[in-house]
Amino acid sequence: MVRESLNRSLQALEEEVEGLGQAVAQALLRALESLKTQDLELARAVVADDQEINRRRFALEEKCLELLATQQPMATDLRLLAAFMHIVTDLERMADHAAGLARITLLIGRTPLIKPLVDIPRMTEIALSMLEGALEALRRRDPEAARTIALRDDEVDALHDQIHRELFLLMIQDPRNVTQATYLMWASHNLERFADLVTNVCERVIFVATGKMEELNVSG
Amino acid sequence: MTHSWEEMENPVLAVQRFSAWYGKNQVLRAVSLDIPEHKITAIIGPSGCGKSTLIRAFNRMNDLIPGFRAEGAILFRGLNIYGPKVDPVEIRRRIGMVFQKPNPFPKSIFENVAFGLRVNGFRGNLRERVEWALRRAALWEEVKDDLHRKSGYDLSGGQQQRLCIARALAVEPEVLLLDEPCSALDPVATAKIEDLLRELSSSVTIVIVTHNMQQAARVSDYTAFLLLGELVEFGPTREIFTRPKDPRTEAYITGRFG
Repeated sequence: MVRESLNRSLQALEEEVEGLGQAVAQALLRALESLKTQDLELARAVVADDQEINRRRFALEEKCLELLATQQPMATDLRLLAAFMHIVTDLERMADHAAGLARITLLIGRTPLIKPLVDIPRMTEIALSMLEGALEALRRRDPEAARTIALRDDEVDALHDQIHRELFLLMIQDPRNVTQATYLMWASHNLERFADLVTNVCERVIFVATGKMEELNVSG
Repeated sequence: MTHSWEEMENPVLAVQRFSAWYGKNQVLRAVSLDIPEHKITAIIGPSGCGKSTLIRAFNRMNDLIPGFRAEGAILFRGLNIYGPKVDPVEIRRRIGMVFQKPNPFPKSIFENVAFGLRVNGFRGNLRERVEWALRRAALWEEVKDDLHRKSGYDLSGGQQQRLCIARALAVEPEVLLLDEPCSALDPVATAKIEDLLRELSSSVTIVIVTHNMQQAARVSDYTAFLLLGELVEFGPTREIFTRPKDPRTEAYITGRFG
């Protein structure tokens, strides 16, 4: 087998991309935990750690560019590197939404929650399982799995709408709920965007596997 | 075998189940391929895959090699160039060729370009035509003051190759064949030739054999991949290099061959 050095570099890069994905998943999980338990320390840590994710994203992008420039990859290798460059950007933006969720925790502070959190943890759970699935599909170069995962974005969108309706009702019932209800709407928005970005990753998985650009879940 | 015929209604050259042998050694195996007009077609493949034999078949250069034998047809604007009444010299005027190593004659720059015209009994204004060919080969500005003073040998490698291109262009061929034209040149001279080919392709059909895949990717509109004398895949260059259909093409262009 020739091109051992390119193989090794691509493999190392892929592991790092996946590592970044895991870090993003952790960030979202911790952000949700901070919201549920109103743990301001944890929320601050999530916001602070976002800097590290940004740094890793730029470092990975630089490695992609370096391999493009020095190895002149073609076909699958070229598609993989092009996809990595997009995926790390998507992952970094997902992390921004995780940090956004943690910022909601900080905005709500110690004020008692106006409702028990049910749908927001549910949305988080789906978004995280989508991300795990997308990373797995990337590992396996599995376009079918990528398509299936992207379909779950509809579940997240439905929960997002449901949360909005519920929060509107709470605001109408008692104007004192408006401030926190608005924050929770933003929390839901962050999760909805997070899941959208997972579908972008799924599109890149399809591109790597088939060479075709396919837009997933355009209705959402 | 994957084709992309839809864009090729009027191929200049149509290769039809073309096979070739040197003695008992079969080097091309029933290759079928259309060369589109006013485009650059690159032929790539590992050493010994038959790419040079194929490009030489386009103007019957293989005829000069003892033991060469061919089957199938190559139609040049509908005419089988291996047909019985075809004059190879006339074919070679209409289908010019530039080789791997620049091969100027030990004559003045002017005579190098004028040579083919004189051989072909050109009756027009020789000076004008030589200037025209040198301009098209992007060499005129560099040599216009030394046309008669300097020999082709006095030029740099890149200039010599452009002189050979000018010599080929002087007789106004319809097709220009280039067999590894840049393999003896440095990157700057290579870039000049590549730019020149792009310029020329608006008026001349170009076929280039190259073992430099990056060059094929940069310069060509269509790419043909040959392996062990067989045409594995042929299609638009952008597709061959981003999403080849045949795993053998993928293995070769990603450098994972063998």
